[in-house]
Amino acid sequence: MRISHDEIRKTAALARLAMSDDEVSDMAGQLDPILGYIAKLNELDTTGVKPANHAIDIHNALREDEVQPSLAQDEALANAPAQNGEAFVVPKVVG
Amino acid sequence: MEFETVIGLEVHAQLKTRTKIFCGCPTTFGAAPNTNVCPVCLGMPGVLPVLNRQVVEYALKMACATNCEVNQFNEFARKNYFYPDLPKGYQVSQFDLPIAEHGWVDIEVDGEARRIGLTRIHMEEDAGKLIHSEREPESYVDLNRAAVPLIEIVSEPDIRTPAQAAAYLKKLHAILRYLDICDGNMQEGSFRCDANISLRPKGREELGTRTELKNMNSFRNVQRALEYEERRQRDILLEGGKVVQQTLLWDPDRNVTNPMRGKEEAHDYRYFPDPDLVPVIIDDEWLERARKSLPELPDERKARFINELGLPEYDAGVMTSARELADYFEAALRDYPQAKKLSNWIMTEMMREFKGEEAAAIASCPVTPVNLASLLGMIEAGKISGKIAKTVMAEMMESGREAEVIVKEKNLIQMSDEGDLTAAVAEIIAASPKQVEQFRAGKGKVMGFFVGQLMKKTRGRANPQLANKLFQQALNED
Repeated sequence: MRISHDEIRKTAALARLAMSDDEVSDMAGQLDPILGYIAKLNELDTTGVKPANHAIDIHNALREDEVQPSLAQDEALANAPAQNGEAFVVPKVVG
Repeated sequence: MEFETVIGLEVHAQLKTRTKIFCGCPTTFGAAPNTNVCPVCLGMPGVLPVLNRQVVEYALKMACATNCEVNQFNEFARKNYFYPDLPKGYQVSQFDLPIAEHGWVDIEVDGEARRIGLTRIHMEEDAGKLIHSEREPESYVDLNRAAVPLIEIVSEPDIRTPAQAAAYLKKLHAILRYLDICDGNMQEGSFRCDANISLRPKGREELGTRTELKNMNSFRNVQRALEYEERRQRDILLEGGKVVQQTLLWDPDRNVTNPMRGKEEAHDYRYFPDPDLVPVIIDDEWLERARKSLPELPDERKARFINELGLPEYDAGVMTSARELADYFEAALRDYPQAKKLSNWIMTEMMREFKGEEAAAIASCPVTPVNLASLLGMIEAGKISGKIAKTVMAEMMESGREAEVIVKEKNLIQMSDEGDLTAAVAEIIAASPKQVEQFRAGKGKVMGFFVGQLMKKTRGRANPQLANKLFQQALNED
């Protein structure tokens, strides 16, 4: 196994996801081949190759500071699971 | 045991751009909730953020103004955490390659100069705003502020007292305002400060356990919160206890710090370069342009006020503490070129109206620099007395009307003509035989009584020097 159950639990907690033990095992089974696939990259000899954060070699893609139309309030809220006509409604996060 | 306090500050300054950092939504404060939002800043799938050029320009200006080394290769990183005010599940920030590092600003507290190091300045996006319901177990999310551009300015732990912390903040605030890249409004949150504070036995190198303070939305609150926390930690250490590393919220109503509840989760931000944003390379030419675009900054302006206008250091410091005040001062100086008298007047008669906190408030004062200059010119020319000028000033502050108009309308012109006063002088002398006797017996102090009587009769308009002279003459003649 390339990823432990504890690592999965920690990652889930950081993403605020509740997972049962069964789900953790299930996830381990799914993540393992994915990580294995990515691990293939480690087989390459990258000595002398600079780390590249981007696949394309461009820089300074900049925008002028000009206002563009925003969404209407009802459009902005349209996909929200819960809203009150002006704001997104979420479970209380403090107190 | 004697302790040394070690303070480091993190300042978030909202940049004065028209639009957000990665999309064209406006940054206007106070819009109806969720109306300054679009698919990009809402974090919808498949959108492509594009960096606002002005954000880089502004951050560069601040970097140059605070003596930083500029990193010419810039990258944005994702800081991952889940919180409802963060629509994407990550905040776009800069991590290992911030735009600027290793800067400094100079401050002064009680005549003692100190250089405060800047660790770094980086560009990032703001989060949205959460409002917590008082009755329901729910919170309301407004994403208008999400992705508004910020720079975070991190100081070295070079600050030793709460007063230095306040002075450092005021200096940063002034620089941002001089550069005109941040409106500096602490109430609206466009200039925010978090503080780290720890104590260590004097002479020890190793830092003590620190606490982090939040929720201080004025210079005064920053200083008070740090003073409170300094005392709290000292008491714990003196009793042999241990300071717990935690985040504390300042309660300005009760003047105490309280542990922050709720957000105390283990943090693991898993920073990685944002694949949606390409690097920004600031070439020499761009950097040079930014350097050349800097206006005169507070320290330079202060030096000029001292060297060229002959202002005392204290006055020069106050007059340059906000760009608006320095501009006001210089505008009034054009019509009334007496720097010291002008700064005196502004400090004693005007600044107290602004409660000291916001020297910039002078910009919205109803008395224009031209009107102030004409009022002071009238004192200078002997048309009104300094005392009358103060009452005229009060009226000007109230109504914004011109000094000359008020003086004329209320008939406040100083009486400097002997002929207008001699009759009154004679009357007072005739009515005050006791005081005349005292004066002749050598009690010079009685002169105050005579002049006072004359002022009463003339409603303060008599020229005091002339009054003195006339009484001397009249009393010595008889």
